Amino acid sequence: MKLNKILTTAAMALGLATTAMAEEPTKVGFVYVGPVGDGGWTYEHDQGRLAVEEEFGDKVETVYVESVPEGPDAERVMTQMALDGADLIFTTSFGFMDPTVNVAKKFPNVKFEHATGYKRAENLSTYGARFYEGRAVLGHIAGSMTESNIVGYIGSYPIPEVIRGINSAFIHAREANPDVEFKIIWAYTWFDPAKEADAAKVLIEQGADVIFQHTDSTAPQAAAQNAGDVITFGQASDMAEYKPKPRVSSIIDNWAPYYIERVRAVMEGTWESTDTWGGIASGMVEIGEITDVVPDDVKAEALAIKDSIASGEYHPFTGPINKQDGSQWLAEGETADDGTLLGMDFYVEGLTGKIPQ
Amino acid sequence: MDFGSISPVLLLASLMVAATPLLLAATGELIVERSGVLNLGVEGMMITGAICGFATAVNTGSPLTGMAAAAGGGAALSLLFALLTQFALANQVASGLSLTLFGLGLSALMGQGYQGIKPPPFPEINIPLLSDLPFVGDILFSQDLMVYMGLLICGAVWVMLKYTRAGLILRAVGENHDAAHALGYNVVLIRVAAIMFGGACAGLGGAYISLIRVPQWTEGMTAGIGWIALALVVFASWKPGRVLLGAYLFGGVTVIQLNLQAAGVAIPVEYLAMSPYLITILVLVIMSADRSRAPGSLGRPFHASS
Amino acid sequence: MLKLEKRPQPSQVWIYLTPLIAVLATMLAGSALFAFLGKDPAVAIRTIFWDPLFSEFAFYYRPQLLVKGAPLVLIAIGLSLGFRAGIWNIGAEGQYIIGALTGAGVGLAFYPMEAWFVFPLMVIAGALGGWAWAMIPGLLKVKFGTNEILVSLMLVYVAEQLLASMSLGLMKNPEGMGFPGSRNLQHYESAHNAELFTGTGMHWGVVVAFLAVITAYVLLNRHILGYHIRLTGQAPRAARFAGVVPARMILFCLGTAGALAGLAGMFEVAGPAGQVSIDFNVGYGFTAIIVAFLGRLHPVGILLAGALMALTYIGGEIAQSQLGLPAAAIQLFQGMLLFFLLAIDVMTNYRLAWQRREVA
Repeated sequence: MKLNKILTTAAMALGLATTAMAEEPTKVGFVYVGPVGDGGWTYEHDQGRLAVEEEFGDKVETVYVESVPEGPDAERVMTQMALDGADLIFTTSFGFMDPTVNVAKKFPNVKFEHATGYKRAENLSTYGARFYEGRAVLGHIAGSMTESNIVGYIGSYPIPEVIRGINSAFIHAREANPDVEFKIIWAYTWFDPAKEADAAKVLIEQGADVIFQHTDSTAPQAAAQNAGDVITFGQASDMAEYKPKPRVSSIIDNWAPYYIERVRAVMEGTWESTDTWGGIASGMVEIGEITDVVPDDVKAEALAIKDSIASGEYHPFTGPINKQDGSQWLAEGETADDGTLLGMDFYVEGLTGKIPQ
Repeated sequence: MDFGSISPVLLLASLMVAATPLLLAATGELIVERSGVLNLGVEGMMITGAICGFATAVNTGSPLTGMAAAAGGGAALSLLFALLTQFALANQVASGLSLTLFGLGLSALMGQGYQGIKPPPFPEINIPLLSDLPFVGDILFSQDLMVYMGLLICGAVWVMLKYTRAGLILRAVGENHDAAHALGYNVVLIRVAAIMFGGACAGLGGAYISLIRVPQWTEGMTAGIGWIALALVVFASWKPGRVLLGAYLFGGVTVIQLNLQAAGVAIPVEYLAMSPYLITILVLVIMSADRSRAPGSLGRPFHASS
Repeated sequence: MLKLEKRPQPSQVWIYLTPLIAVLATMLAGSALFAFLGKDPAVAIRTIFWDPLFSEFAFYYRPQLLVKGAPLVLIAIGLSLGFRAGIWNIGAEGQYIIGALTGAGVGLAFYPMEAWFVFPLMVIAGALGGWAWAMIPGLLKVKFGTNEILVSLMLVYVAEQLLASMSLGLMKNPEGMGFPGSRNLQHYESAHNAELFTGTGMHWGVVVAFLAVITAYVLLNRHILGYHIRLTGQAPRAARFAGVVPARMILFCLGTAGALAGLAGMFEVAGPAGQVSIDFNVGYGFTAIIVAFLGRLHPVGILLAGALMALTYIGGEIAQSQLGLPAAAIQLFQGMLLFFLLAIDVMTNYRLAWQRREVA
């Protein structure tokens, strides 16, 4: 392929130029799906980028493009970054998967890292976070704290990532409180604060006194605050402005350690294509401060769960667990394998309602 | 499945909240279109109002000042549209679309540094006596001020169009601008005023989202509500009463959809999400038979010499 | 006081002068904006307008102009016919989505069969899908007199919901680990709308866009139908005397616009985008409306306007990553460009004249 050749030559020429000038900083590109001001997903990735800048100072140069539509636009942005001499490019949305694969093929000397996907190559790693580990901890708090025994859950789209979170939260809420029920609303949007606010209100009106959200805005927090006796958890970022109540804890995406580690690997020439699925142990998933609204014993139990997950002693999906239809999924003591978790498309036993198809 | 958990009164109350931004923006656009101008930039004006209101409320600590700033911001942006379409005689459809693009960019720039801030709380008001009514009073009559403001503006527009001379003139300009011009009315001036009123209302609607309904600032947070407001005006066949009805219907479908989901009813969400639009189309069809029609000069440029 | 006075005929000089002035004005205003944001205005302007065409890596960006511009031009050409006849289809985004869905649907139905006829069938399906979606407002207008602006706009939202539903349900890639989105048609040779010559950006969509420009030009200038379209827009009553059947005109204009938008969607999904996904549509259908007006509804004008828009998109991305400009600044800049183009265009048909205030 002629273009590939041209691109490769260009990239190589640049690569040579880079080596020639030894002091040239390592260039790292970030492709974002949303605006850095979204206060959630993209915001946290950008915090990771800033952490990289802070860590390496002059030795690194970071560039980013925000609000990149998935598809050909993403491919062009990545290509442009590679042409401009990027050594490492992070693409931070599932929808960037195929474009990243395409561009990685054209630039064998540039390293690529794709978030939440499953396609890898010699110069293309994938990384993601085990948010479900955090949900287990929060699920325990939810089950222990609810008085109405109704927990509301706002999901974005019915995809494995979200379903995994619901299952994990539910299993641990049930363990703490066998009477707990989940009410689930699918917002069918990644981002629509007004709709999230409505969804939270509806759940509260229908008796929920704990609200989980798998959407990024603080709208549900505000709705809970207005309603009074409802607790919530921060999502993606800490949402600390709603402390100590309704927000009693949070799951934080912390990409900084991973980004710093990978940039260092490129600088030292030790970068290899890997599949990273980090959790609480690696610090990619953080549990935000558990506020004093949570009783001390519940807080202690939650932290114990967190520690046992971090140490690898406990897996949030440990059998016996049945699927919703009553069939066995995990036998006594068996833990879920990553393959099943990645593609999870079923509810566990006890959850009501159907996953929309 | 548990329909019992859906409370009709609570449903109505949250419906009132969901409908308010739509009602505000659509009432404003109704005046604009009644004057014969089609401004497709509602989304851009709403989001600009949302950030103007938010930033002002945060900096002054007063949500009411924020609301005033939102109206001002929306009106200021709409003035750009007025300049383009009324003085430079540019195409209204293209100008409106450009206005939305411009407004989205402008608001995002203005909003840098305002993420993750909680705005000052908006005072809720209790209407005396009514709010003491058993059961419904607490919910229907102790909403935030802007819910009633929306109803008030909509009502005022209705009275203005129907009973006042100003309303008559506005309608005349919208129906036939040449005739209105011949009668000695300043068509351009009236339209500029209408456009700015529309901008101010859209700004209020946007700020309602960023200051009360959500409340927070994030880029693009109006997420398409401006477009629904546009649809609403036509749905309402340019009548304020029906705008109110439509806003409650549109807001209602969303709220009911969420309620059904939470109650565990297996509903095809995507198809239900389509329903407001399909209903609007249906209403449009019925209305076209009913001979309610758009203002005669809607979307046509006016130049005094032509 | 200064007044606008209608020119007896559009000024030939201003027709060519206004876009230039508008671009210059945008550069000035944009420079102020970029300076305000703490960037070197000259560098920013050069990055947006010059680099995609003449920089070191222009060999990559120039073909990308075709990829980005082709759907815009293709859709805008279809829309311009209707706009000329006073038929306002602003729902091209919906027709684009449906064309992509039907086109991809046919392709996916044949998977994994490799046969020469798959792609042509997809093209037909895409055009038909867009056409059918545009027929809804068309027929409603003809039968009931329903306002086509709003019906077509409403159908955009319906189409978006359909798209989400398809990505999560019927068209979901069975090997996609449960993630939303269809199979990637780029990996299915018979359905792939590949580059015709590698590295040129030329895919079938670009070819069809150029063909559409030429056809529209010939149609409008040489053909009786084009004359009828123009007449319908300028003098509907006269058109009726000239034998134009309004209903047929409405269906023709909406149908053509729908089919072209559907084609654009189909070429995009089978080529550059590759798959049906929830966020497949990126607003080409709305941007094309602006392109149509910027091009003054003239086929060649639309071609140039489409290229200009594509340039600001690509240049804007480069400016973002090289200069750290926020995406919002680029959006604002594009908005300014459109405002100036629209505002200064008035000089084509009007001139400024000094007029004494009349005593009323």
